[in-house]
Amino acid sequence: MTSLTINGKLITVNDVDMSTPLLWVLRDHLGLVGTKYGCGIAQCGACTVQLNGTPIRSCSVPLATASGQSVTTIEGLADETGKLHPLQQAWIDHDVPQCGYCQAGQIMSAAALLKKKPRPTDEDIDNAMSGNICRCGTYQRIRAAIHTAASKMEGTP
Amino acid sequence: MNMQHSNLSTVRANDDAQIHALMNQVLGETVTISRRAFFKHAGWAGAGLVLAFYVDEASAKTSNRDSNEQLFSPNAYLNIAPNGTITVYSKGPEIGQGIKTAFALIIAEELDADWQALRIEQAPIDQSLYGWQGAGGSTSIPNNWDVLRQAGAVTRFMLITAAANKWKVRVDECHTKNAVVYCSDGRSLSYGALANDAAKLAVPDAKTVKLKDRKEYALLGKRHSGVDNNKVVTGQSLFGIDTVLPNMQYAIYQKCPAFGGVVKAANLDEIRALAGVKDVFVLEGNGQATELLSGVAIIATSTWAAFKAKQQLQIEWDESRASKDNWQTFIQQASELAKQPGKENIADVGNVDDKIFDNAKKTTTSSFAAYYSYPFISHATLEPQNCTAWYHDGVMEIWAPTQNATQAIQQVAKLLDLAPEKIHIHQTRVGGGFGRRLMNDYVCEAAAIAKRVSVPVKLTWTREDDMAHDFYRVAGFHALRGALDDQGKLIAWDDHFITFTADGKKPISGGEMSADEFPGQLLPNFRLTQSLIQSGTPCGPLRAPRSNAVAFVVQSFIHELAVAAKRDHVEFLLDIMGQPRWLKPGNIRALNTGRAADVIRLAADKGEWNRSLPKGRARGIAFHFSHAGHVAIVVELSVSANKQLTVHHVTVAADVGLIINMSGAEAQAQGAVIDGLSNMFAQQITLQNGRVQQSNFDQYELLRMPHAPQVDVHFIQTEYNPTGLGEPALPPLIPAVCNAIFNATGERVRTLPLSKLGYTWT
Repeated sequence: MTSLTINGKLITVNDVDMSTPLLWVLRDHLGLVGTKYGCGIAQCGACTVQLNGTPIRSCSVPLATASGQSVTTIEGLADETGKLHPLQQAWIDHDVPQCGYCQAGQIMSAAALLKKKPRPTDEDIDNAMSGNICRCGTYQRIRAAIHTAASKMEGTP
Repeated sequence: MNMQHSNLSTVRANDDAQIHALMNQVLGETVTISRRAFFKHAGWAGAGLVLAFYVDEASAKTSNRDSNEQLFSPNAYLNIAPNGTITVYSKGPEIGQGIKTAFALIIAEELDADWQALRIEQAPIDQSLYGWQGAGGSTSIPNNWDVLRQAGAVTRFMLITAAANKWKVRVDECHTKNAVVYCSDGRSLSYGALANDAAKLAVPDAKTVKLKDRKEYALLGKRHSGVDNNKVVTGQSLFGIDTVLPNMQYAIYQKCPAFGGVVKAANLDEIRALAGVKDVFVLEGNGQATELLSGVAIIATSTWAAFKAKQQLQIEWDESRASKDNWQTFIQQASELAKQPGKENIADVGNVDDKIFDNAKKTTTSSFAAYYSYPFISHATLEPQNCTAWYHDGVMEIWAPTQNATQAIQQVAKLLDLAPEKIHIHQTRVGGGFGRRLMNDYVCEAAAIAKRVSVPVKLTWTREDDMAHDFYRVAGFHALRGALDDQGKLIAWDDHFITFTADGKKPISGGEMSADEFPGQLLPNFRLTQSLIQSGTPCGPLRAPRSNAVAFVVQSFIHELAVAAKRDHVEFLLDIMGQPRWLKPGNIRALNTGRAADVIRLAADKGEWNRSLPKGRARGIAFHFSHAGHVAIVVELSVSANKQLTVHHVTVAADVGLIINMSGAEAQAQGAVIDGLSNMFAQQITLQNGRVQQSNFDQYELLRMPHAPQVDVHFIQTEYNPTGLGEPALPPLIPAVCNAIFNATGERVRTLPLSKLGYTWT
């Protein structure tokens, strides 16, 4: 048994081996299926969540590492009232998703980037997002959506 | 299960025959929807679905329950509740091509619905209502354009009729806007208010109802965000892999890494004793890669428990009838074959040998030869193959991210000896299709496993399983010759195409070329011959089958000849097109040289073909016609002295007729460009002793954001009916890049991937 904070709530996890990757704890044990399995070896980024605000590949981080820490998943990105994060709104406005499978991971990486760099350059975006593969090729719109969200967030606390 | 005792080529021949039949069906399908689809029916609550966990179906049922009054359901594509809720059903799978949005837009346009208020849901899988429900060959739009427009128009006509009857006015005194019928005297009634009256009317013959003119369109051609984008960006359950059922268990299925190997023995007792493992058993299979190969299933309490147990699994395989394919051997076989004439004539027009390539008689021509090749590649959909199945009450209930649910029902029925009506498939969103999920092997596996256990089971393939058991884009080799007359005009073309075969007679699926292959029909002397290499590797359609590889060869060699003729590539291409004409008038799959010339000119114009560039930086152009789409692409790139490549800009010019959703259409073209760059740059599946040697994205690289260029897309919206765009923008990308590399460096790329030639990304 262990506990960790997920999307602001303290969650106790029972009967799960501490070596289980966080990805599968989220998906199979907690029913948070927004975080996706793509490769299992931290190559594709579909499983990206934030651990204490830092983007991590949850397929390759064991539960033990996340124990007692704070995890944010795509399900926890909107605020308590359900208002979308500016990135989520920008993703809709730019019609970013094609198949959509990678987008939760993309958005979680982008959200971590904007916390660190509120007005990223194209190069900042490319660097921060290079761990996230989009098989459908939505990169151009992802870039544009990040810029849009960044400009909308300017001035917000 | 006698199949296992057949030899590999027989088994693979059967597989391949199935895939060929499927592709013929996909490309040949013209939707003549059964009359039943146009009769009133009661909505899905009464349609006999055993269970409806899938979110769309669940909400459809809820909506029916909410209204005590009759839904107005004039056809299988939509219904209107008296409370005004309009629900539209998308018959096809959403695989990232934007079809759920596009289909709904077409219906909504003719219905004059309020787009923002529309509910759009996945239709149930029901062949009697919808015909084939799948996605392939960029056929969804052209094949459903008429029927979807009619579905909307018929409904709108009935609503107007109901209003006119009520107001005792003529139908032509009424008009509609945003789900309201207006009378010329100012009265109005909402569609919801008219639903009960409209439901009492007879459904008119769709052919008698007038469709809108293009100039009346309010929705089509504009930008619309995908209808499920909110669910995607908030991480809601949508995909097959997201399926969760009460008491569900989790499965893996291990097959032989060499295609066609059979389980001889396995450490089942050891596996059964592992933590979290509920069961482990061997499935004999029916020997068909398209259905169920021999393997070991592990059932566990979680995906991770199943994956961990898989790592401990030790299987002894009988590989006596398994594939022994070896990529290096294939290369040698092809190069031997290339020295000889092709074994079989596919096309032979004019007199290629005597007049053109016979040196003794040669007076006014010059000829050129080149040898091109491309590797096997994998689909690598980002959502690995998976499927959830539950066998209960004599019914096999399946949740599948398939591109081809209609055929899945037939395959599971045959495999498990169940009546087709006892198989219910819930179509989930699909995390990338690209042709991979036209096959239903993972569906058959999940169903066969579920038949053995009493609870719902979700089968998940690991990425390694997915890469090892694909239906690959087949490799190919081309020994080409071309000839120019003394004016530098292309007058002859000879292609000895070396491809693979499963049955020893015909090319494997995805490895066929036809007599009307470009530029054959446009030249006075053209020959296409073919030789076959036996292979035991499953192959199948991958985004723009055939064209995705052939365009690289043909459109690069055309550039070689343009260079040899010392002519501008654009002008050379336009010269090949000649006078504007539709080679088979009325056939959307036939080249229209006028439309081709127009997209070539547009690409050259928008891509600034004639503007000069600094040294090391260059442009390349290519055109290709496939899947009813005319597309030309200009690429601007630079190559450093040590072969570091930067693609700066890609300009796409396309004519696919009318555009349904401008945002979705541009996205398909942008995605095709990235897909093309990805598969030309580093992707290659190699085989050794029947096994695929690549296992994950570290060995099979997909393009990443730092290397993704800006892609600008331009459409010529001709008066033709809309055709599909999932595929045709991909084929010209690769030759456009290779031609640009030649223009920048003088090095001709005649084999892929580029990484094998020493290129790296800057």
